[in-house]
Amino acid sequence: MIEVKHVNKSFEGHHVLKDISAVFESGKVNMIIGRSGSGKTVLMKSVIGLHRVDSGRIEYNGRNLPDMSVKDVRLLRREVGMLFQGAALFDSMTVFDNVYFPLEMFSGLSAYEMRERTAFCLNRVNLADESFELFPSEISGGMQKRVAIARAIALNPKYLFCDEPNSGLDPKTALIIDQLIAEITKEYDITTIINSHDMNSIMEIGDKIIFVNEGQKEWEGSKDSIFHSDNEALNNFVFASDLFKKVKKAANAYKKM
Amino acid sequence: MGIIKETGTYFLLMQRVFVLPDKWRIFFRQFSKELEKLGLLSLPIVIIISVFIGAIMTMQTKLNTENPILPTYTTGLVTRDTLLLEFSSTIMCLILAGKVGSNIASEIGTMRITEQIDALEIIGVNAANYLILPKITAFVVMMPFLVIYSIVVGLVGGYCIGLFTDIISVSDYLVGIQYAFIPYYVFYTIFKSLFFAHIIASVAAYYGYYAYGGALDVGRASTSAVVNSSILILFFNLLITSLMLN
Ligand SMILES: Nc1ncnc2c1ncn2[C@@H]1O[C@H](COP(=O)(O)OP(=O)(O)OP(=O)(O)O)[C@@H](O)[C@H]1O
Ligand SMILES: [Mg+2]
Repeated sequence: MIEVKHVNKSFEGHHVLKDISAVFESGKVNMIIGRSGSGKTVLMKSVIGLHRVDSGRIEYNGRNLPDMSVKDVRLLRREVGMLFQGAALFDSMTVFDNVYFPLEMFSGLSAYEMRERTAFCLNRVNLADESFELFPSEISGGMQKRVAIARAIALNPKYLFCDEPNSGLDPKTALIIDQLIAEITKEYDITTIINSHDMNSIMEIGDKIIFVNEGQKEWEGSKDSIFHSDNEALNNFVFASDLFKKVKKAANAYKKM
Repeated sequence: MGIIKETGTYFLLMQRVFVLPDKWRIFFRQFSKELEKLGLLSLPIVIIISVFIGAIMTMQTKLNTENPILPTYTTGLVTRDTLLLEFSSTIMCLILAGKVGSNIASEIGTMRITEQIDALEIIGVNAANYLILPKITAFVVMMPFLVIYSIVVGLVGGYCIGLFTDIISVSDYLVGIQYAFIPYYVFYTIFKSLFFAHIIASVAAYYGYYAYGGALDVGRASTSAVVNSSILILFFNLLITSLMLN
């Protein structure tokens, strides 16, 4: 479980995160949603400590991240996996080595076990053995995302962060990746946090949803209550697409009947 | 950013770079890759430039010192000492600042803007140490070889002038390059080249590491790296020379 309490962050006078508090539970897919530029990535990177927050607490099972020593942060990081917005694979390494690298650094397994584990993780995200020796520049965006997930889960993380896991993917591949993340979350009881502005994946896998608007947390709840909120910014976000406008209209018509 | 703040950030980064690697095996793997990339692959440009400069310097010196008062060994001696004292260390390092510096800055800068450095940090790796230490150490280790190659090849360039033209005779040249040789100069030139190698690699790494934005910003970072490391090389050349040759 991760608890974020009254976090503020600004860049050279530009106040990006404004007093955000939230709880991310384990075994659940926690979603941070909001429009582009609302501060989702900054919030996620602050929670992992890639950005230093100006004030506030970030508690990993009670341990406050900003108070930890550099060494403790490194130890904590080994329990964290992250899928970056642009996959961020190491482009000097093959697909296989990308997943092998964290194991080689920190797992303490034998070479044979590490190779087994690497192959297991890559197969877990439905990558076939033929692609193992390719370089990131030689595979498609969807495959890169899957390799990145394999790398993120290689060291059995307790916390999994995904920054827009399905941006730039077709709806079908996006769905496969979403379901993969949801499955892994339940299977290993991981605390998963996903940034997204994709209504499909929010409805598909979001257990808990936090809506961020212009750096402020405006709303939180479940995916069922998202259509019934009276928060204007949230409604604008949710019903931006025609499809969901129709859904709402239909729901209202149904209620009146 | 003010120059003081930048210098401070640079030293803070170096503090993270110069710690023991997480895994020695991985360090040596990176280190040997960099030996090849930064050292061996710089050899062709070092050889081409040195041989031509050695030749041209011999020619120019001879043509401009056409005077019966001056001894015949003058040309060889001037060529040798210029190569030894300044060209093969300082000028060569300025050229390598362009080649190696921009290479390091753009590689690390690209890793920064594509979040690969963040990915390393998330795995729990000290990214500064993992990426930068092998580059600095490999380049510093290779530098003396590059300098010695440059001196030798430069002298060969001058020799070719003696061999293929009648501007200077081979024997005059050979006497000249051996006349009044001061071994301390070799120590001096290698010492300062080690210093410059450190400046080139670490300043470039600094600009790459703190790149922010997009591809254009990576280009900007690598330009800053080349310009600023060149200025630092010139400044420290003056400082080291006044300390070591006075
Ligand atoms: N390193 C940084 N330095 C300065 N400003 C930054 C930095 N990172 C982000 N910002 C600013 O913070 C704001 C929020 O950016 P952020 O990347 O968190 O948005 P986002 O919600 O993730 O958007 P998207 O959905 O497009 O990824 C933006 O205005 C951005 O310019
Ligand atoms: Mg983002």
